[in-house]
Amino acid sequence: MTARLPLTLVVGLALTAVFVAAALLSLVWTPHAVESLNIAARLQPASAEHLLGTDHFGRDMLSMLMVGARTSIAVAIVAVGIGMALGVPLGLLAAANHGGVIDDLVMRGNDLVFAFPALVIAILITAVFGPSAFNAILAIGIFNTPVFARVTRGGALAVWTQEFILAARVSGKGVVRISLEHILPNIASLLIVQGTIQFSLGILAEAGLSYVGLGAQPPLPSWGRMLADSQTMISFAPHLAVLPGLAIIATVLGLNLTGDGLRDHLDPRLRRRR
Amino acid sequence: MLSYILSRLVALALSLVVASLVIFVMIELVPGDPASFMLGLNAAPDTVAALRAELGLGGSPVERYLRWVGGMLQGDFGTSYTYRAPVAELVTARLAVSLPLALMALLLSTLIAIPVGLYAASRRGRPGDWSVMGLTQLGIAIPNFWFAMILVVIFAINLRWFSAGGFPGWDQGIWPSLKALTLPAVALALPQASILARVMRSAVLEVLGQDYIRTARAKGLSRRRTLTDHALRNALIPVLTIIGLQFSFLIAGAIIIENVFFLPGLGRLVFQGITQRDLIVVESVVMLLVFAVILVNFLVDIAYGLADPRLRRRS
Repeated sequence: MTARLPLTLVVGLALTAVFVAAALLSLVWTPHAVESLNIAARLQPASAEHLLGTDHFGRDMLSMLMVGARTSIAVAIVAVGIGMALGVPLGLLAAANHGGVIDDLVMRGNDLVFAFPALVIAILITAVFGPSAFNAILAIGIFNTPVFARVTRGGALAVWTQEFILAARVSGKGVVRISLEHILPNIASLLIVQGTIQFSLGILAEAGLSYVGLGAQPPLPSWGRMLADSQTMISFAPHLAVLPGLAIIATVLGLNLTGDGLRDHLDPRLRRRR
Repeated sequence: MLSYILSRLVALALSLVVASLVIFVMIELVPGDPASFMLGLNAAPDTVAALRAELGLGGSPVERYLRWVGGMLQGDFGTSYTYRAPVAELVTARLAVSLPLALMALLLSTLIAIPVGLYAASRRGRPGDWSVMGLTQLGIAIPNFWFAMILVVIFAINLRWFSAGGFPGWDQGIWPSLKALTLPAVALALPQASILARVMRSAVLEVLGQDYIRTARAKGLSRRRTLTDHALRNALIPVLTIIGLQFSFLIAGAIIIENVFFLPGLGRLVFQGITQRDLIVVESVVMLLVFAVILVNFLVDIAYGLADPRLRRRS
């Protein structure tokens, strides 16, 4: 049993690492420049020159995928950052004020944001401010906020009942200090696991938004955009659609496996129950 | 129970008011005058003035908000200036595509997920369980619009069993329409089914740990009967809740999938509204979508309260 658990984590981390490494590498080096169009070399199959072939503008697919990884990962990370920066303080506040007005307000607000599907928020934002990667980040970030608020509140409520919190209160520490010094470190693992899951959801959301043209705008390569561009050529150049799809699947799968593996690893009670 | 329903109703009304305010303020935030925004920079001044009058842009923001909400309460969702038709009419026509699509996807995912989840739970820790868990992990990671494209390549382009997109309309007969919705519904159902199957599996495992299951086994009920008669029924309660909560994801997914298959549904309506800057359409359809999600969550709350009396007291 214990031998199987790290496997999820190892596979997940390995998959994630490949794409993070590809994204980082693309900052300094790609096999070919993605800005250079070479119509003469368009829609080529895989070769030694272009390991994964070329797209309809003759751009190297491998290079496009590497830069696309950068876009996806950047959007998802910033969106998770926004969600955490807003959601975690709200959740801590709600837990500290358990049963009070603030708690009620935060939870009602949460329900409300949950009622807006992320894509609908994105649609509203883009309808008003125009489509861009930045607005996609904003929309996904807003959607992440209630998730983190809820997880933080749930975790914090459990910690608040512990005896060492009582000791901290008796020693005269205020609510804010207790939240930051005692609650937050104790729910960190919970937040990391949720962060991983939101990260993967963010990648899927970014792909979806860019696919319908509400996310990253050309010439910025993004997996979602590559899929949208490939749609009209799918009957004679299926590799244009298959490759970005596989990249999305592998990254999301890697992150989800990492999240699950971490959760099982960090919470021994879950390990035994399964 | 009555006070529980009342408290949920108040919450429902409050959510709707706040949601409408959020949407209204967002649209108010459109830089400059909405009429000139909708018509573009090169519009003639008298065209802009005519549209302003048509949109009812006069009065304070409070008056405009009350007029918008008051109109919606009476079934008047404004008039689309691109279609030259009442938004309510457009929405009704589009719902005839979006609603069956969502229901088909929901039905399909439930029909797949419940037996699969039950099977995995009954094989806990064995290869059958692992493969189901692995496959569902994969199903969650696959973007539904990509899966839709692959389905088109296989079943529409190569096998020619289905058309690659478009919708014949219900007046052309039920079968052609259902056929046109099949691939989109399958694409939409895959991630939903994966998530649901996992929920189903853990719900069944949770139930199987209960004392009354041991009692049932002890009194001589077979494994299979225990699973179907006791575990299945009790596990369905959390699964139903998740189905309700998945509705909002289903709506979001449908918006994208409709664009893959060129289906004339609500999602396409919203996107055309955005590209043609038809803010009235965007505003009203987004409000309707949010209303649908809030309503479904309300119904789930009520159903849950009916099924679990402990929840009633807590609120």
